[in-house]
Amino acid sequence: MSRTLLTGNGAAAWGARLARVDYVPAFPITPQTEIIETIAKWVDTGEMDARMVTLESEHSMITAAGAAAATGVRVFTATSSQGLLYGMEMLYSVAGWRAPFVLVNVSRGLSSPLTLEPDHNDILAARDSGCLQIHCSTCQEVFDSMLIAYRLAEDERVRLPVIVNLDGFYLSFTREPVELPDQESVRDYVGSYDPETTLFRASAPSSQGVAVLGGGPYSYFRYELHLAARNALRVYDQVAGEFAGRFGRAHRAVEAYRMEDADIAFVMIGSFATKARAAVDRLRDDGWRVGLVRPRLLRPFPAAHLQRLLAGKRGAAVIDQNLSMGLGGVLHSEVASALYGQDGAPPTLVSFVAGLGGRDIADEEFFEMAAVTKRAIDKDETPPPRLLYTEAELREVRKLQAIAHVEYEQLRGASGANEGWRR
Amino acid sequence: MSETQSRAAPVSEAKVTVYRRMKDLPSTHLLGSGTAMCAGCGGLEALHEVYDVIGAKSIFINAAGCMTLLSVYPFTPFRGSWLYTAMASAPAGAQGVRDALDILKQKKRMPAEEDMEVVVLTGDGSAYGMGLSSTSGAMERGLDFLYLCYDNEGYGNTGQQFSGATPHAARTATSKGKHGFAGYKKDLFSIWAAHKPAYVATVIGAEPLDLARKIEKAKGLEGPRLIIAMAPCPTGWDFDPQITVEVGRLAVRTGVWPLKEYVDGKIVHTKVPHERVAVENYLKLQGRFRHLFEPHRDDAMLGEIQARVDAYWADVTA
Repeated sequence: MSRTLLTGNGAAAWGARLARVDYVPAFPITPQTEIIETIAKWVDTGEMDARMVTLESEHSMITAAGAAAATGVRVFTATSSQGLLYGMEMLYSVAGWRAPFVLVNVSRGLSSPLTLEPDHNDILAARDSGCLQIHCSTCQEVFDSMLIAYRLAEDERVRLPVIVNLDGFYLSFTREPVELPDQESVRDYVGSYDPETTLFRASAPSSQGVAVLGGGPYSYFRYELHLAARNALRVYDQVAGEFAGRFGRAHRAVEAYRMEDADIAFVMIGSFATKARAAVDRLRDDGWRVGLVRPRLLRPFPAAHLQRLLAGKRGAAVIDQNLSMGLGGVLHSEVASALYGQDGAPPTLVSFVAGLGGRDIADEEFFEMAAVTKRAIDKDETPPPRLLYTEAELREVRKLQAIAHVEYEQLRGASGANEGWRR
Repeated sequence: MSETQSRAAPVSEAKVTVYRRMKDLPSTHLLGSGTAMCAGCGGLEALHEVYDVIGAKSIFINAAGCMTLLSVYPFTPFRGSWLYTAMASAPAGAQGVRDALDILKQKKRMPAEEDMEVVVLTGDGSAYGMGLSSTSGAMERGLDFLYLCYDNEGYGNTGQQFSGATPHAARTATSKGKHGFAGYKKDLFSIWAAHKPAYVATVIGAEPLDLARKIEKAKGLEGPRLIIAMAPCPTGWDFDPQITVEVGRLAVRTGVWPLKEYVDGKIVHTKVPHERVAVENYLKLQGRFRHLFEPHRDDAMLGEIQARVDAYWADVTA
């Protein structure tokens, strides 16, 4: 074991290296690029015995990843944001091939407008693809989740691709001390990949990804996919438990922080949940009985864990770093569906949307969200979803608009009587 | 400018069959029957012939098109393997499979005799359009694979809408106007050859000897090897399924479909039709060109099409 200062991207690359992946199809995109640059360097120096190929798009990259996994090698790949969406058709396809591999997504807000900083609309667009999802909040967790992800993906009861998600900038480019186990103990934990019958060989011809005719066989295979993903709940607890036993770090499907005597829970995923965690401590100092519930596993959805952790609580504030236009926060509706009609479910579930495109969530906003939730509990009235935005932010946007307006007028003035430029 | 990627396979591995006469062609046929392809499918005709030469030690990587319906659960006419990818990325699927097989051999996790020829199989819709980027990428990376495009000059599987492969004036489901398709057939052969891959060739099922020679040659090379098979399509081109071979032969004899190959930086025409038959003999067999003959003969358009074919051959020195 050694502790090294690593970025989230570096931690992901180390995960791939120590998991001894065979094949890395790649394509550069900010803020993920450091992962493939790091791996490319190791492949060049021979520190990593893998083949790396840069494809011409993420669509091709995910195709190659699935095809190689279906041929029987251990595969790693990584992308972000627009790249994940560009490859989306193949994410759905390769999940159906039941060919396990691990993909790291470095979350970044989606166009348009185009931006670089994180939110979770990219990864949530892959929610129904059949790929499992693990969401990380620290660089250590990124590394650990890589190893857990290979165990989960390759388990014979699962056999699905797993996406390990980390937030762009906040994790991808932030250095934290990360404990790296030695190669031998990782080898013991992850094991070698046994493709069993998921392979192509001259002596054992097989057909993959074939068409079916009619809803009967189609439903059969889609249900199989769903049941495999459901199996992953049990398998996750098992392999994460084994990880904790071996390496001393517990990564439960849902992390609970100071929940034992809490009345109100924040529910969040990803690195911004560490802000919620800090806010919980400060709110507790002020006498609030609050806690944090952070699902790490988003697919399969750990409904039973959430039901248990939230049972008997008076209210929960779900903070979504994503926005489903015309609905609101995605996590909120998922949590609501898990809790509805359950014994002891908190009667009040309040929805907040924050942190889009890397927008910060300040301490006082966590205080405000706790206060809004408390008022809702006291009045027994659920307020409409809140989109967090401050007056200062609005003022900044107004300034930008003013500049845009001045530029526009000036250009129009410069063109004089000739208005042709406008057409 | 990149070096040419053509590399001859090691002699020890090369097992060359020489096809001199029709009777040299394989007499046992490998591809199963009873598929969902239309009667008289020129693409299936070409695939039968290609498969007999390639053999069952192969994996076909397919993109969305007519032939996606060859393998419908739980049936397949292939004796080897099959992977359906998507419309745009069959060459990337070939990349993943080829790389994985190479890794397994190199790391001694798979004996060499378990290796297979990796073959991309797509229609013109994918090859000329959506899949062109991934094909270009595979060539630029020097991927060792075969690509077979069955070109029936339109999006046949969805009812023959025009594609980048549709010839000028052809009526399709999306060019039903008086003059048919306003665009011109894209020169995919030249686009592929511009990448300097190991091998590019045009073939047609109606010329099985020429086809077998080319597939055999491609088999002996390493690197990207790409084949465009013109695929006369009774359903999409509107002709009687029993004349598929005749339509194919006329495509060659009129000079509409030049049989050629690109290898080592040179383009060679493998079957030059001397005394080319007038193009209208090819066109008038097909309903998609009927508007050039009925109710009035469109001499201007027929002349234009003939002139374009003549201009092509005027530049051919072979």
